[in-house]
Order: sequence, then C-alpha cells, then structure tokens
Amino acid sequence: MLERALKGSPRYWAWIGFLLVIIGAGALVWINQLTVGLKITGMNRDVSWGFYIAQFTYLVGLAASGVMIVLPYYFHKYKPNKHMVIFGEFMAIAACIMCLLFIIVDIGQPQRMMNMIFHPTPNSILFWDMIVLNGYLFLNLMCGWVCLEHDRMHLPHPKWVKPFIIISIVWAFSIHTVTAFLYQGLPGRHYWLTAILAARFLASAFCSGPAILLLVLKITEKVTTFKMPRRAVATLTKIIAYAMVVNMFFFLLEVFTSFYSNLPGHMHPIVYLFSGAHGHHELVPWMWTFIAFAAISLALLIPPKLRNNQKILPWALVILVIATWIDKGLGLLIGGFNPTPFDTITPYWPTGKELMVSAMIYASGALVVTILFKIATSVKEELGDSQALPCGCSTEDDDCDCGSVAETEEAPAAEAAEATA
Amino acid sequence: MKNNRRNFIKLAGLAAAGLCVAPKTTLASGGGHSPVKPGANARNAKRWAMVVDTRRINTDEDIKALQDVCHAVHNVPDVPTNQNIMWIWSAPYEECFPEQHNPYLDDDVKERSYMLLCNHCDNPPCVRVCPTKATFKRPDGIVAMDYHRCIGCRYCMAGCPYGSRSFNFGEPREYLDPTKLNPEFPTRMRGVVEKCNFCVERLAKGLQPACVEASDGAIVFGDLADKDSDVRKVLRENFTIRRKPTAGTEPSVYYII
Repeated sequence: MLERALKGSPRYWAWIGFLLVIIGAGALVWINQLTVGLKITGMNRDVSWGFYIAQFTYLVGLAASGVMIVLPYYFHKYKPNKHMVIFGEFMAIAACIMCLLFIIVDIGQPQRMMNMIFHPTPNSILFWDMIVLNGYLFLNLMCGWVCLEHDRMHLPHPKWVKPFIIISIVWAFSIHTVTAFLYQGLPGRHYWLTAILAARFLASAFCSGPAILLLVLKITEKVTTFKMPRRAVATLTKIIAYAMVVNMFFFLLEVFTSFYSNLPGHMHPIVYLFSGAHGHHELVPWMWTFIAFAAISLALLIPPKLRNNQKILPWALVILVIATWIDKGLGLLIGGFNPTPFDTITPYWPTGKELMVSAMIYASGALVVTILFKIATSVKEELGDSQALPCGCSTEDDDCDCGSVAETEEAPAAEAAEATA
Repeated sequence: MKNNRRNFIKLAGLAAAGLCVAPKTTLASGGGHSPVKPGANARNAKRWAMVVDTRRINTDEDIKALQDVCHAVHNVPDVPTNQNIMWIWSAPYEECFPEQHNPYLDDDVKERSYMLLCNHCDNPPCVRVCPTKATFKRPDGIVAMDYHRCIGCRYCMAGCPYGSRSFNFGEPREYLDPTKLNPEFPTRMRGVVEKCNFCVERLAKGLQPACVEASDGAIVFGDLADKDSDVRKVLRENFTIRRKPTAGTEPSVYYII
C-alpha cells in the first residue's frame, strides 16, 4: 500500500520536500552533536534532562490519544468513529516514533543503546518505558496496517486482530502511566514526587492528544476528500473538554496539597514556576500563559454552543495545545529540576541546536503522519467511506439533511415537469 | 506427519532462541561485574563509610585542596562551564542540609563550607533507576560506575537527591593536562556519567581514599559493620548528621557538626 504515498499533487510533494529540508538541516546538527557530545545543549550538571526528554514526555500523550477514538468504537460499539480509528492508530505510530527518536538523541552513547536489551534491568522504569513504547508502536503498526489492508481488499477485518486491538487499548494507558512513573519515583524532585502525576499525565494526554489529532484531521479534510462524521467530531471534542477539566482539576489538587500543607519542598517548584525564586523568573510569563490559555480553552470548549461551532473549534484546540505544551513540554521538566535538590536555581533553556534537532524529529513525525494519512485517505476515497458531500457533510452522517436538500432542489424541477405536462 | 514436522520446527526454533537468550540474561542479571581484583593487602569491609569532621574541614580552601587531590588521582577534567565534573565540591550549610536549617543556627556552623561527595547510600536511587546496571552497589556498600556500560541516559542524575553525579557533556580529555595524568586510573569518554567511587582502586591496593589521606585525620574512613573500627569510634564520640534523611537513602557519609 506504500506506493499510494508516491502519487500526489505538487502541493503534497512541496510539503514532503519542506519536511525533508527540515529533517536534513536538523540531521546536520545532530551529526554535530554526535561528534562533539551533548555539550551543544543547554543542559548542565543540575539540569540533566532538557528539551528532548520534555518533548518525549509530551508526545507520549499524543501516542496515547488515538485510544480516545478506538476505545468508544471497540468497547462501546460507537459507530461514528468507525472510519476514524485508523487515523488514531496512525497518529500513535508517528508519535511513538518521535518519542523513541527523542530518547535516542538524548542519550550520550547512542551506539550502546542496545545495552538496555542486553542487560535487562526490571528495577528501572526506563526499561519498562522502552517495553511499553515499542510494544505500543508494534501493536498500532500491526492493527492499523492489517485493518487498512483488509479494507482495501473489501474484506472484513480478520478475527485474530481483534484481541490485539483490545490489548492496544489497554496498552495505551500503560504508556503514559509508565512515563509518569519515570518521574514520579524520584526522591529528590518534589515537583514530580506526587501520586497524582500519572493521573495528571493521562488527563493531559486525553485532552492534548485528541486536540492535535483533530487539528491534523481538519487539515486532512482541507487537502483531501476525506470528511469526518459530525457526530464523531462532537464526541471527540466533548472528550477533549472533559479531559481538560480533569487535567486542570488535578493541577489544582497539586496546588492545594503544596500550599495547604506548607511543605517547603512541595511549594518551591510551584513558587519558582509562577512567581520566580532567588531572582530567577524565566518561566513566570510562560506559566501564566499556560493558566490563561487553559482558562480560554475551557471557556471555548465547555459551552456546547461554542464547542460545536466548527469555526471556533480549531482556535480553541490550538490554544489548548499551547497551554498543555507549556505545562507538560516545558514546565513539568524545568519545574522538576528547578529548584535543585539543594534549594538553589540553575536555569535551563534549550539552545538553538537543541531546537534544530527537535525540529528534525517533529518533521520526521509529520512525514510519517503525512505518508500514513495519505495512504489511509486514498483507501477511504476508493471505498467511498467518510467522503465529503456537496453540502459539507460526511457520507457517514446518518442524520445529515443534505438528502432533503437534494430533494428540495429536485422538487421544483419535478413540479416544473408536471406543469409542462 | 505434516503437523508433527511443523511442531518440531517450532520447538527447535524456540529452543534455539532460548539458547541464544538464556546465557546472556543470566550473565546480565548476575551482579558484580566489577573487574577490580583486590590485591593481597586489600582493605575489606562489610560496609564502608566516611565521617567528615566539619569543625576541621570547613573552608572553601580546605575543600578545594581535597578536591584537587581527588580530581588529580582520578583524572577528573576541569570544565569551566556548569557542564562541569565534580567528585568532591563545597557548598554552604543550607545546600548541604536543606531540611535541617533554622534561623538561629550557630553562626560558626552556618558559615562553614561543607564537603560534598557521593553518599554511597544503602538504598541508592541511582542504582534503582539505571536501565543498564551501569551503576551498581557493591557488596561492601560502594556505589560504583561501569563507564563502558553507561549509555548516558542521565536517569541516575535525575534520581540522585544529592546532585552527586556528573555527566561528560563534551570530550573530557580536552580539559585534562596530558603531562599531569595519573596513569593508574583511566580517563573517561564523552557521553557517560561519573562520580566519586570511594577510591575503590586504592582500597584494592590497601590504601585509604585519597581525600582521607590528604585530610590529615579530619576525615575518617572505615567499616561500619565493625564496632571497633575508627569510624564507629568517631560516630560514638561525636554528634553526626547525614544529608536529606527524608529521602530514605541512608547515606554512608556522616558529618560531625
């Protein structure tokens, strides 16, 4: 089926070319990093993880997001999601690949990474993270590919793949839980040392991930004939809204625990992030942007009228993605390392080279998404599934009134015909 | 018949795969891959520990002198940025004991500098989180590093509540003077974590750790399990505290206040 990605419009090829240019430029910087070491990054003795690991953490959420489409379809027989499932799975593939790449660029001796497998260490959460991430990548590759291949051949999905889909649904929760455990079990880092971190990770994954997925699918609608069923979009948006509410609620629980208990270790990171400490205020504007954007996104997503307005929705989603990215892709990591375990502040900020390497990985992810979505949409187009109707509905909308529109258009003609007769 | 042959091939394949994996995993899960061979007069202990007398070692100069000895013995590069490598360093009271300061602390105690190094904990979080067993706890309590096993993920640095670990962000040999290298200890490569090793290589030769030797008796080193040892004697006779008791790591570096 891969050959389907080789046929496309000039616009498609321009986009692929653009991504390849970014990947190429980032790869040059990465080669530089391989030859001189991680000293090109802004990391240091006190802040030993930086932008790379933060992006990995954020993208695990994107990987887990597809399950919010797959789960309703397989567990609740929610039909409108039927033709969306494949996009959730394909997005998860791209996200898992990006996650693994972010880990590879972050380690100091990448040529030794197989030591994780040669010397399996079950007491290390990183070992389990490797298992769950690779496992999830494999499950999604297999389920997504097999189902799409059978769709293309007009065959029903094979029975044997169903148990794997069920496993992948449960597995999706594991990837974010285990990634939270990476942080959660460290005695010296108070911002992470909280039992609710895994739950917070899941909540933020289930709002930010589907938001990104929905935005990508909106773009897909623009450039292909694919059209999401309206009810599937409405359900997904509802999930995003609820997950964001839960996410912010969990955040408030953290604030309460820290400040009501008055424990210095628990307060320091939050004080540092939101008002600065020891003369360091690097993250203060970012964190308040997070709060403001979170509030705006909730204000736009909670009222059904605004939530279901497809003109406002993309903006609400973009705002939500920015808010959750600041929270998890920036604040979580820097807030965890800063303040240091000695109540001092060692500032960290990613360098240009670090951002270039990260851009390379994001572009690789975008390339994978483009190719996989291209294949999926071309199969859907061939089968006539989830295609845009002239009225703007999807062929999967059973309550679409475009049938009646067509009828009313035909009716005067029929009347006219009668009149002439 | 056909079915049998198929089953046989499956079994043979599984067995072959098992044979490939089994020896590797047993090798890997067995600890103690340290290549240090103790000499005839090696010092042995059940639990090595160190007591630092902060009444005697308490200025930045005192600690710098010990740091210089340690860093020279272990070929620790002197990197001028905050991507530096430190096996021994100094810090003020609040950084050394962040949970144990009060506003009316004796000025003398408050103004001292404190010598920091790896605590060689009983429950080392760095060992718990390392995904390749590159950092491991020896039976004598020393937390050691296998520089050739380390993949440079720096999880141990996130795990250590004492900031005792350093990472070679760049090429460490660029910051070493080739004329002043200690040929008896290896230099490191870029991309691995390193830290104080309680001078295992010196203990194996029957010597005291370098900082202990240079401290002129202000640092005592010995076996906690032996109640007649020097450390136990010093611990009996003095009030000592350890860093971050709430972390539950049970450090084996004690400070006489």
